[in-house]
Formats: sequence, C-alpha cells, structure tokens
Amino acid sequence: MSSDSKTNSYELNSEQFLDLPKDVLDILESVSDPEIPVLSVIDLGVIRSVQLDEDHVTIQLTPTYSGCPAMDVIGDDLDRAFAKAGYTTTIQLIMSPPWTTDWITERGRKAMEEYGIAAPLEPTADKDVLLNNKKLVKCTNCGSTNTKLVSQFGSTACKAMFQCDDCLEPFDYFKCLK
Amino acid sequence: MKPIRELNPQFLESKENKQHLIDYLLGVADNYLILAQRLGELCGHGPNLEPDIAITNISLDLLGQVRSFYQYISQIKGDGSTEDDIAFLRKEREYRSVLLVQQPNTDFAYVIARQFFFDVFNKMFLNALQQSADETLRALAFKGIKEASYHERFSGDWLKRLGDGTEESHDKAQKAVNDLWVFTDELFQVNESDSAMIDAGVAPDMLQLREYYYEKVENLLTEATLEVPEVPYFQKGGKNGLHSEYMGYILAEMQYMQRTYPNSKW
Repeated sequence: MSSDSKTNSYELNSEQFLDLPKDVLDILESVSDPEIPVLSVIDLGVIRSVQLDEDHVTIQLTPTYSGCPAMDVIGDDLDRAFAKAGYTTTIQLIMSPPWTTDWITERGRKAMEEYGIAAPLEPTADKDVLLNNKKLVKCTNCGSTNTKLVSQFGSTACKAMFQCDDCLEPFDYFKCLK
Repeated sequence: MKPIRELNPQFLESKENKQHLIDYLLGVADNYLILAQRLGELCGHGPNLEPDIAITNISLDLLGQVRSFYQYISQIKGDGSTEDDIAFLRKEREYRSVLLVQQPNTDFAYVIARQFFFDVFNKMFLNALQQSADETLRALAFKGIKEASYHERFSGDWLKRLGDGTEESHDKAQKAVNDLWVFTDELFQVNESDSAMIDAGVAPDMLQLREYYYEKVENLLTEATLEVPEVPYFQKGGKNGLHSEYMGYILAEMQYMQRTYPNSKW
C-alpha cells in the first residue's frame, strides 16, 4: 500500500504510539469516543496501527462491538482532526484481531471510573457479576462493592446497568470482552 | 476440531465458486438483517425498560454483523455495489432469510422464543465458522461469537423465567415455543451453494450442528418446565426465496426510504 512512500514512512502498533511525532499523537488523543467523551481513541484501544507517509496518515481502526455506531463518527472525527492539521487520511476498518477490553489503557480505565463508568473486571469475575452471583463491581459514586446488576444490557452495546445498594446510585459497568 | 485448511487463492477466480460464495453469504447474513429489523420494531415498545434496551442492543449487534457480511459480499462482487444496495434494493424473492426470523412480535414470549431458537443456532454456527477456510469469515465469526453468546444468555434466561414463572407466563411461553418450533429445522437446510461451500471447507457441516442444536434446545426447554413440541413436519421456504406473508411488510418498511429517495445517505 505504501510502496511508493518517500521519507518518514513508518508503521506503529498500539504499544509504540509514543514513538509517533508529537503532533500526530496529539491529534489522535484529541479524538474521543462520542459516547464516552473522557476516553480518547488511544485510551479506548481502537487504533491498531498508524502509518505516516509525509502528510498522509493511514489509520487502522477496529470496532469495539460489530454494530457500534460510534465507529463511523470516530472515523469522521479522525478525518476532520487530521485535515485541520494539514494531513490527508485513509481510515481502514479492521475486524481481526477482535477488540478486547484489555486494550483500554490504564489511564483510560481511570478516566472512565471518574466519569461514572465502572471499568471491566477479569472474565471470571465479569461473568459472576453479570449473572448477579457475586458483588464485585465498585460503585463509581461511593466505592462500595455492595452493588447489583439491574440489566445485562445498558445504554450502549459495551455496558451493563448496575446499582449501588449502599448509596443507591445507578451506574454503568463496562463489560469485559475477551 | 478439524484443522483449518486455507482456501486456494484461485478458488474465487471461478465464476461458479464466486456465485456460490455470494449465495451462501446471503443465506447467512439475511437472517441477521431481518431479525434485526424485527427487533428494531420494538424500540420503545418493550414490556419495560430493561428488556427494551436489551432487545434494541441485540438488534444493533445483528445489524453490525450483517454490515460486515454485506461489505464482504460487495467486495467479492467487485461491481461497485455497496452494502446498502444489498440490504435495501433487492426484491422479496432475492432474500435468503429463513421463515423463523420473519415471524411477528406477537407478544413477549414470541420475541423471546424466536430469539432463543435463533441465538442457540447462531452461537453454534459462529463457533464452527471460526474453522472456516475463508480468512474473512474466520475473523467475522471470532468477532460475532462473543456477542452471540451474550444474546443467548439473555434469551435463554428469559425463556426459563417465563416457562418456570407463573401459570400465565408458562402457557404463553409454551404456545410461542409450539408455534415457532416448525421453523427451526430450516436453519439447517443445505442448498446447492451451501453444499459447495461445505465441500470447500468455507462453511461448517450443518448436519452435525443440527444434532447438537436440538439436544441443547431440548435441555433448556426441559429446564424451563416447557414441553418439547412434536411436529410431523417442518416448514421451510425462506431460504429459497419463498417467504411468509410477513416478509413483504417487513421489506416495505425497511426499504421505504431507499425506494422513495434513491441513493439517500445518512
């Protein structure tokens, strides 16, 4: 695809994003999930690779859930953000390997919790809480784990609805996906 | 599990193989589209908030899956047609969806029974499709199965709750199961294109799945204190383009915008 590229052409995967030129990384971090605005696309882990050929950026994007409507918006937002800085873009939607909640960064998990969405637990614990067998999800309001599942499905495909039995706060839980 | 054999790169150079693959993919994907449309009708009309949200979430997942399949079909076709053309611009006879997914949202028990019959199938199917000789299908299956498992948990739990609930919920669940049972076997129907794809290692062996399917469904029905229906025959037709009377109405609503304002986009 980039066989005719000249200088500054390199491909990076998510672990190496810090090696990107600062202006490019800043643009990526300025684009966030429209439904969870505190999560940048980097923190959400949906950017799988970035290839830079002078002023053209090729970005591989992977959806969280197949039907997530946020993906089209994220693609458009990336186009716009890069265009503003004088870059042209190609956005490729890739399905494999499938997205996992493991790709949400530590910083992303923190931002999510502060925003009022409980971060995903490990698979076994996740199953236990989604079947309401164990109380493990921490209330984002008071920190108590005396919480219960209200609905396996929440406001978006990636979340379930919970409620705290201590402070009574209803909140979202970001489901584990592996 | 059988080892994955990669599809011969020349496979799709044959016009016949290409057409079989397209037909096969439509047979898989159209079920997602029509069921998503049916579930979408319930947006804002669920019995209470949580199932309403769940049903529309499931609808959205299925819509996402069907988009991936249609995108792949348009890529194989290579004639410039888009996923929207495939979804909105075919005639009734050209859809390959089974009769089960067209059945109406008669009441909540019907919605749940229809969903359960489909979810058990879909999860098993996607599980097997992860061994496909086609790389794209492996990726789509791997992505979709996580969602399908979650759907099956929802519909299975609800069917148990209804069956093993009050006398009224039990009777309604039993009636829905009885009425929809005749449509289950079509999920495993194998036509000429399916056979070609099974032989090529692209599609899973449906006969094997069928056996496991009825075992699984019957176990859950028993757990839900529901009787397993006995029917002398199964109803089929949708997969060959011979649909129930419901299909025309579904398409009329679904295609309205594209037919009235051709090429309109979001």
